[in-house]
Amino acid sequence: MALFGGFILLLPPASYGQGKNTCLDCHAVLPPPLEVAQEQFARDIHAEKGLNCASCHGGDPSNEDPLEAMSRAAGFRGKVRRAQIPALCGSCHSDAAYMRRFNPSLRTDQLAQYRTSGHGRGLARGDTKVAVCTDCHSIHGIRPASDTRSSVHPLRVAETCARCHSSAEHMKGYRLPTDQFAAYTASVHHEALVQRGDLSAPTCSTCHGNHGAAPPGVASVEFVCSTCHVFQMKLFDASPHRAPFAAAGFPGCVTCHGNHRIARPSDEMLGTGRDSVCLNCHSPGDAGYQAAATMHEQLKQLESAIARAQEILDRAERSGMEVGESRLEQAQARDGLTKARVTIHSFTLARVQQDIQAGMQVAEKTYQAGLAALEERDYRRRGLAVSLVSILIVLIGLWLYLRKLESRAAGGATG
Amino acid sequence: MGFFARLRGWLDERFGWAELMAPLRKKAVPRHRLSYWYFLGGMTFFLFLIQVATGILLLLYYRPSAGEAFESVQYIMTRVKFGWLIRSIHSWGANLMILTALAHMFSVLFLRSYRKPRELTWVSGMVLFFVVLGFGFSGYLLPWNTLAFFATKVGTDIAGQVPLIGPWLLVFLRGGEEVTGATLTRFFGFHVAILPGLATLLLALHLLLVQRLGISVPSALEAEWGRLPAERREMKFFPNFLLRELMAWYIALAALGVLAALAPWELGTKADPFAAAPAGIRPEWYFLFMFETLKWIPARIWIFEGEQLGVLTFGVAALLWTLLPFFDRPDGRGRRWILGAGIFALAYIVLTTLYAYLGRQ
Amino acid sequence: MTRDINSHEPAKAPDRVGRQPARRRVVEFLLGGGLVASAASFLYPVLRYLVPPPQADLGSDAVVAARVGELRPNSGKVFRFGQKPGLLILTAEGEYRAMAATCTHLDCTVQYRADLHQVWCACHNGLYDLNGRNISGPPPRPLETYSVHVRGEEIIVSRRPAARRGTYPLAGPGAGS
Repeated sequence: MALFGGFILLLPPASYGQGKNTCLDCHAVLPPPLEVAQEQFARDIHAEKGLNCASCHGGDPSNEDPLEAMSRAAGFRGKVRRAQIPALCGSCHSDAAYMRRFNPSLRTDQLAQYRTSGHGRGLARGDTKVAVCTDCHSIHGIRPASDTRSSVHPLRVAETCARCHSSAEHMKGYRLPTDQFAAYTASVHHEALVQRGDLSAPTCSTCHGNHGAAPPGVASVEFVCSTCHVFQMKLFDASPHRAPFAAAGFPGCVTCHGNHRIARPSDEMLGTGRDSVCLNCHSPGDAGYQAAATMHEQLKQLESAIARAQEILDRAERSGMEVGESRLEQAQARDGLTKARVTIHSFTLARVQQDIQAGMQVAEKTYQAGLAALEERDYRRRGLAVSLVSILIVLIGLWLYLRKLESRAAGGATG
Repeated sequence: MGFFARLRGWLDERFGWAELMAPLRKKAVPRHRLSYWYFLGGMTFFLFLIQVATGILLLLYYRPSAGEAFESVQYIMTRVKFGWLIRSIHSWGANLMILTALAHMFSVLFLRSYRKPRELTWVSGMVLFFVVLGFGFSGYLLPWNTLAFFATKVGTDIAGQVPLIGPWLLVFLRGGEEVTGATLTRFFGFHVAILPGLATLLLALHLLLVQRLGISVPSALEAEWGRLPAERREMKFFPNFLLRELMAWYIALAALGVLAALAPWELGTKADPFAAAPAGIRPEWYFLFMFETLKWIPARIWIFEGEQLGVLTFGVAALLWTLLPFFDRPDGRGRRWILGAGIFALAYIVLTTLYAYLGRQ
Repeated sequence: MTRDINSHEPAKAPDRVGRQPARRRVVEFLLGGGLVASAASFLYPVLRYLVPPPQADLGSDAVVAARVGELRPNSGKVFRFGQKPGLLILTAEGEYRAMAATCTHLDCTVQYRADLHQVWCACHNGLYDLNGRNISGPPPRPLETYSVHVRGEEIIVSRRPAARRGTYPLAGPGAGS
C-alpha cells in the first residue's frame, strides 16, 4: 500500500502538461515486449489527461540517467504483475473524489464490480489466466469506450472478449464453451449492431455485464432480455409457460431462442413443422400442440390475406386506378401481423387471435377496395365498348355513303 | 336554300369563299394499286392534332418542376375525371404518330414521290420528322419517372458525343452538367413551345407544297398516263378522298381508345437522381436501333473514340438521307443506290429494334 | 366515257325519287347518328376532364390534415400525407405538432398517448417525444417532423424545406415555422 501511496504523491506534479518524458526516449525504440509505441501512447486517454509513465510504473521520467530514473529510490516498480493490475487501476478509478477532477460523470465502481465477476473471483483464487483490466482496455493506448478506436467500443467488445473466450487453448481447464463468439456473429443482434449500425443492440457486455461479467443465472435471463424486449416478457410472465419453465429450471427466453446464436425469429419456429421449437416439449395431440398449430396457421392465414390484398391492389394500380388510400390501410394489417408475432409469447390463443382478427379485418377491407378498383376499370372498358360501337356505326355509315356517292355518279352519268 | 348553302353565300360575299375553295374542289387524288399509301401523311397529321389537343388538356393539370411533375401526372391519372384516358391517348398517340411518320417516309421513298419537283417537300418532311423525334425525346422526360430520367441521362450523354459541339450541346440540352429539375423545365419549354412553333411552320410549308405540287404518281404509271390520258384514274379530294380519310381517322381513334383502356400507359416510380440506374435501361423503341448500334461499336477505332464515330456516322447518314432527292439523277443512276439505301435502312432499323427487344429475354 | 368520280349532285331521274329517299334516309340517319354518338363519346370525357376535382392538389409537399376544432387538446390524429401516414397532435397547451407516423423500427403506425404526452408505437413499445426524437425502445431514428399552418378553418401540414429538415422546432407556438 505504501508503494501505491507513493504513486499518488507523484501524480500532482505530472498532472498538467507532459513535461519531460525520458522513458519513451528508450522504450519507443526498444524491441517488444519493452516497446511502447509513441503514437500509441500519444492517443492514450491517460496521457491526454496529463498522466505519464511514472503514474503507474513509478520512477523519475525527468531523469536522463536510466539507472537513477529506474531506481527503487525513485519509486520505480517496473512491470506491474497481473494479479496487481486491478488494484493499481482501482487506486485511481475507485476514488470518486479524485476521478471527479478528470471526468465527473465517469463511474467509480469498476473494481467493486470486477470483484464479483467470474474474472475477479478467479483472480482472487490465484488464477492469473483470467482477464484483468489491461486485457480488455489495452495497456498503453487506452481510449474511452465511446471512441471507435477503443477495444471496448460496443462494435468491438465481442471480438475483445473472443480473444480469450474463443481460444480453445486458453480456455483449457475451464468448463466453458468456446463457440460463443462464432454463435454471436451469426445472430440477429450482431447483424443489428454491425450491419445496421444500431449501437443499442446487445453485445457480450450488455447481457453479461462488463466489469461484473458473469453469465446471468437461469432465473435472471428473462430480466436481462426484457431490458429491451419488454412486451414479450410481460406476456410470458402471464403465460401458461412461466410456471412449468421455472419448475423445470428452463432459462426463460433462452429455452426457445438460444443465448448466443439468436436467429431472426420466423413463423416456422411456431407450430408443428420441422423447425418448430414447440415440438421440443409438446407431443402430437396435447393441448399445447393444438394451440401451436392453430396459432401458426392463423399467422399464415393473415400473411396470405395481406398478400392477396396486396396483389389485387397492385393489379388495380397497374391498370391506372387510384389505390393510395387502401395501400395506407394495408399498413395497419401489417401492424396486426407484427403485433401478433409479439403476442405469441402469451401462449394463449385468445390473445393472439385478437391481433390476427384486427389484421384480417383490414386485409379484407383493402381486398374489397381492390375489387372495387377493378370494377371501375371494367366500367371504363364498357365505356370504351360504347364508343367503339358508335365509331363502328360511323365507319359503316361512311362506307355506305361513299358507295352510294360513287355508284350514283357512275349510274347518273350513264343514266 | 339549305343552311350550308346560306352559310357559303354569307362567307362568299365577304371573303370570296367560292374562289378560295375552288382549288380544293378541283384537287384530285390519283387512284391506282398503291393509292392506299397516300393515307399515311394525313394520318400522321391527324395524330399530331390529337397530340396537340390532348397535350393542351394535360397542360391544365401538369406541373413542370422536379418536385411536382410526377405527382401531377399521378393526379391526372387517378383523380382527374378521364385523366387516365387523356394521358394514355397522349402517350400511345405519340408512339403511333412516330410509327406512321416512319411509314409515310419509307412509302414516299419507295414510291419515289420525292423526285423533281418535290425535293423540298421531302426536305421539309425530314426536318419535320426530326422535330417529331424531338417531341418524343422531350415529352418522355416530363412524367419524371425513373425510366425517363435515366433514358434522358443516357440520351443526352450520347448527344454529348457529337464531335466538336458535343459538350456544349449536352449542357444546352440538360440546362446544366447533369440531368436535374432544370432539364425538366427546359424540356418542357421545348415540348410545349419551341417544337410546336417549329412544327407549325414546317407543317404549313409542307402542306402548302403538297397543295401546290399535287399528289405524286409512281413514275411508271405517270409515263403510261402521259401516253394514254384516257386511262388516268382520279378521285376528287373533296369529298371522296376526305371521306375515306375520315374513315381511317376514325379507325385510328378506335385504336387509341382500345390501347388507352386495355393497355394504359404506366406511371412507374418517381425519379431519384441519386439512386443507381436500374438494369436494362434503354430508350423508347424509335431510338432503340441507334442505341443498340452504339453498343456494338468498339471503344476505340484506330485513333477515334468509338461512340463519337458512331454518333458522327448517324449524323452524316441523317444529312444524306435528308438530301436524298438530290441524288436521284434524271438518267436514273442514283436511283438504285437510293432504293438500296432505303431497303437497307428499313431492314436495319427493323432487325436491330427486334434484336434489342428479343435479345434481352 | 370518263369514269371521273364527280361530286354529289341532286337526283335528276324522276323515276328514282320514290326509292331514293328511303335508302338515302337510312344511310344519312346512320351516318349522322353515328357521327353525333361518336362525337359525344369523345366530348363527354373531355368536358368532365375540364372540371377540376374537388380535392385541389396541393402538391406532394402539403396536405390538409384536419379542420379546426376536429381535435381536442391532448389528442392526436393519423392522416394521409402522400403515400404515407402522418400524425397530427394538438398538445394540451394548444399547439399543433405533426410528424411522420411510420415507426422507424419495423414500420408500424404510431399513435399519440394522452396519458404519456408522447408518441408511442404499440408493436414493440417504442416512444418518441413531441419533437419526433426517439427516446425509448427499439426505434433507431427519430420521426421526420412537418410544419403545421392554420389557414382559415383548415390545418395544413407541409414538409419542411430541405435546409430545415433535420432541425426541431425551437420553442413554443409560432416559433421556427
